[in-house]
Amino acid sequence: MIAVPGIALPRSRFAFKSSWQTWGAIMIAPYLLVFLAFVLYPVSYGLWLARDPASYARLFADPIFARTVVNTVVFLLIAVNLKFLLALWLSGFFVHERIWIRWLSIVFLLPWAVPSIPTIFSIRFMFNPEWGVINSVIFRLTAHDGPNWLNDPRIGLGLAMLTHIWKSLPFWTLILIAGRLAIPREQYEAASVDGASAWQKFRYVSWPSLRTLYLTSTILSMIWTLGDFNSVYLLTGGGPADLTHVLATLGIRYIRLDQVDLAMATIVCAMPLVLPLMWFMMKNLSRGDRQ
Amino acid sequence: MRRFTREAGLWLLAIPILLWTLLPIYHIFLFSISSKDSAFSGALWPDKPTLRNFGTIVREEHFYLHHFWVQIWNSLWIAVAAGALTLAIATCAAFAISRLKVRGGRTVMNLALFTYFIPAAFLAIPMYKAMGAYELLNSRWSLVLAMVTLAAPYAIWVLKQASDKLPYELDEAARMDGATPLQLFRLVYLPLMTPSLVAIGTYALLLAWNEYLYAYLLLSHEQTITLAVALGHFISADDSPWELLMATGLVYALPPAAIYYAFRRYMVGGLTAGAVKA
Repeated sequence: MIAVPGIALPRSRFAFKSSWQTWGAIMIAPYLLVFLAFVLYPVSYGLWLARDPASYARLFADPIFARTVVNTVVFLLIAVNLKFLLALWLSGFFVHERIWIRWLSIVFLLPWAVPSIPTIFSIRFMFNPEWGVINSVIFRLTAHDGPNWLNDPRIGLGLAMLTHIWKSLPFWTLILIAGRLAIPREQYEAASVDGASAWQKFRYVSWPSLRTLYLTSTILSMIWTLGDFNSVYLLTGGGPADLTHVLATLGIRYIRLDQVDLAMATIVCAMPLVLPLMWFMMKNLSRGDRQ
Repeated sequence: MRRFTREAGLWLLAIPILLWTLLPIYHIFLFSISSKDSAFSGALWPDKPTLRNFGTIVREEHFYLHHFWVQIWNSLWIAVAAGALTLAIATCAAFAISRLKVRGGRTVMNLALFTYFIPAAFLAIPMYKAMGAYELLNSRWSLVLAMVTLAAPYAIWVLKQASDKLPYELDEAARMDGATPLQLFRLVYLPLMTPSLVAIGTYALLLAWNEYLYAYLLLSHEQTITLAVALGHFISADDSPWELLMATGLVYALPPAAIYYAFRRYMVGGLTAGAVKA
């Protein structure tokens, strides 16, 4: 990274330099306007709407809320970690140099490349208890009815997690593949010469290089997963009986019920989860930027 | 022998990966070429594959599809506008921060990153209220501006990273020759940044085309909603026509997938590099 702190310009160039500053201010202004109008103002206004303690009392009194918090934490811990273990493992598979693995990796990107709605609805239909293809196959093989998939809150949330993993696994696998390809090949060759097993190569060569990337990616993915509305809403709609909501869908649910103060209170309640993750990412990125 | 077991192991792994990836997508395809009667037979391939569903869509012959062409036009209009606007705003901002070293540029970069780290569904709620206050609800511009807000931070970040890699001597030389900042921007910066600009423009365009939540909140009239929201309406009734939904979904999913694969070289390099900085 090139960092040239304060190029010393001759005095005669002062007017010149200030014209560059003026243009700089003009060119950065559009984004600043977008930020003020669509981030700062809405967020401040929203926090102002959420100032009344009574809305928190009402939120905590809503029986859905506690269940939603549990669902969100379960979703974050299980879905994100499972996704990253899979991505770590698959990235090890995709770095093998075979032409057919290259083709497979192109197909593997499909879930990430296509929009969520058609694919999530497709999964929803596959798991329809009466007409879905999964239960038809189960019936044909065992002559018994399959489970009531999405009408069972636990299975429903589990399937929402699987849908989330299905959609975002390719992206993170790609990130970890890039991380693995950055490791010098000589290190593996040296390890082979020393007679290292596959596990030892992973433990002592790959993992030390991947660890930081893995951790940063996991944190970033947790933030995005907290904001993942589609995987739950399009699959279960929060049902049955509002038992599969996460904080993202609960907030939107209140908005649709025209209870903006409850929606904002929901977001404020999510802050203890979000802020540490945001703080970690900000610290990490601005440190990397300064190097 | 060891080599053979290793190859066999790789092939064995390929099968579940392929099934996992393709099943939901093949399911869409299967439904979209099935007639209403054979759609639920559970067969791997329909008895009589048909393109009739697509005819129904094109002629808008179903209750859910009465505004299909208007809605796909809305999707396209919003995606192109959001892509172009994001690209313009982010390119200028990255140039000002990285090359002109504008005072306060670092702070603006941090504000943008802060925005990038707000979970999208959480920002949607205050954004919805603000759009109401600006009286933009139900206007295509509300979604365009919302998508610019979501896409710009990442765009600025990636463009700034790419821009920082250009040698500073270029600017010095241009200054010596008496170039104005605009000349530097137009004649030196833009040509050198083209690959990143393509990646970012495509990223913002696809983000806007694919967006469901913001579209669903900000647009509600049949004539203003995007195809994504229209697809969501299908599910509101129990007897929704699956084969038509899946066919429309296929029509909706093909353009972004095609664009994604066409620009894959740019996308994969440009976007994964910026996504996570180790």
